[in-house]
Amino acid sequence: MTTIDSTAAVEAVFRIEFSRLVGGLTRRVGDVGLAEELAQDALADALAQWPREGTPRNPGAWLMTVAKRKAVDRFRRDRVLAAKYARIGVDPDSTGLVSSDFDLEMDDDHIADDRLRLIFVACHPVLSMPSRLALTLRLLGGLTTTEIARAYVQPEATIAQRIVRAKKTIAAAGIPFEVPVGDDRAARLGSVLEVVYLIYNEGYSATSGGSWVRTDLCQEAVRLGRLLAALAPEESEVHGLLALMEIQSSRLAARLGPNGEPVLLLDQDRRRWDPLLIKRGLSSLERARSLGDGTGIYTLQAAIAACHVRSRRADETDWAQIAALYETLAAAMPSPIVELNRAVAISMALGPAAGLAHVDQLRDTGILDRYHLIHSVRGDLLGKVGRHAEARDEFELAATLTENLSERELCRQRAEAAARLVTDEAARTE
Amino acid sequence: MRFLGYTLGDETAPQPEMAPDLFEKMGVFMEEATSAGVIVATGGIAPTAMGAKISLRDGEYTVVDGPFTEAKELIGGWALLECRDLAEAIEWSKRFIGVIGEGEVRVRPVFGSE
Repeated sequence: MTTIDSTAAVEAVFRIEFSRLVGGLTRRVGDVGLAEELAQDALADALAQWPREGTPRNPGAWLMTVAKRKAVDRFRRDRVLAAKYARIGVDPDSTGLVSSDFDLEMDDDHIADDRLRLIFVACHPVLSMPSRLALTLRLLGGLTTTEIARAYVQPEATIAQRIVRAKKTIAAAGIPFEVPVGDDRAARLGSVLEVVYLIYNEGYSATSGGSWVRTDLCQEAVRLGRLLAALAPEESEVHGLLALMEIQSSRLAARLGPNGEPVLLLDQDRRRWDPLLIKRGLSSLERARSLGDGTGIYTLQAAIAACHVRSRRADETDWAQIAALYETLAAAMPSPIVELNRAVAISMALGPAAGLAHVDQLRDTGILDRYHLIHSVRGDLLGKVGRHAEARDEFELAATLTENLSERELCRQRAEAAARLVTDEAARTE
Repeated sequence: MRFLGYTLGDETAPQPEMAPDLFEKMGVFMEEATSAGVIVATGGIAPTAMGAKISLRDGEYTVVDGPFTEAKELIGGWALLECRDLAEAIEWSKRFIGVIGEGEVRVRPVFGSE
């Protein structure tokens, strides 16, 4: 007898089937919102029947059949609904909705495409980014509103409303349920990859709350990445993004110390880096490079991450290579943050003075004034060239600018350490 | 969470005739599980006849060549799964053994990656 209660088992099946179900239904009824409702209705039936009658041999087909039947029922009962769908050209009888028997059709040829279509819709640029994130997690990840709210530390009602409005926006904008091709495709794919990576980053470096990582979100993003790699295998940057996420994930276990304090990359115990994820990540990176010219922004970032994981020890890191990769990345994705990382790499390759010169150039633009990392990087480099009082000031400023409690603590500690060095120096010169 | 799934069986029992389309069905299943992001690593495993048993007792090593047929052994293959919970891992294991048609699969949490 299984110790997993029936509800958990049904829900596990549902989560596995959800995105495919919603995708297939969206193609038939032409509306993502209605598709999701029908999927949820089918789940309710499953929860009622499967514990009694046993899980069907093909649960996905069962759910789709039941959902389609409910769609037909709805159209027949609700004249207004039927009229609305007639207006957008959906005729229930012609979209394969009518099925008189309980048939186990699998509809294989549409399965992969429907999920890919769904991802492109959920990540459509007409939606605000927070909407894209919530909708993607809901429809592709199968996360509940509660789970999404918890992940982003926001009220459930906010997330629920956001999802409702997002679906209305999609309907109102008449976004077609198709995979973009041609000129449109690159930009649309870019939006999808951006959404997935934002989800990943939210988990990897939580900016709110006390903990430094939220691994469930990382996990969801990696799953989405793997799905994309299977559904769009010809796209170089899809593999680049997956490589980046898997390599970064290989370090998750080493990111926190015994008391939950954050451990910087160069100080991490590399024996805790997951060799399986590293291997998978490097393999995805190879695939990305074989499919493109290696200058995609995710492929480049993955290449940088690969430099770290290829070194058994921190002092074996090829910093010159990393600095060069950041230079290429800066050209592809001009960003002060990329320049900041490049400065750090330069300091490691050529010494703190060289790095400081680069950071000071960046600081002069004023763009990153409110960004805590430029101050902690500058503080670090100032300390290394012996300018401890300035280092202390920079770390204190950094502490006030970060919202992450663990990072704030780290900055305070470094400010205190720098302050002690100032006092020591003063004592020595007396 | 990670789980190890593996098939247990009796090596001495006559292997059932493999249905001709089993290979193809297994391919389709593996593609589905891979695209769901659930398979982290997987492989087949050779019969015990090709392996060895190593024991250490009272400071003395003993190495014995296979086959080992006294008890059920890991046969066929194994997979390292990444799932949200045990219920999900169980569902994928059910589908796997469903493709094979008959047999026994174990699935257990694996630690060390968190």
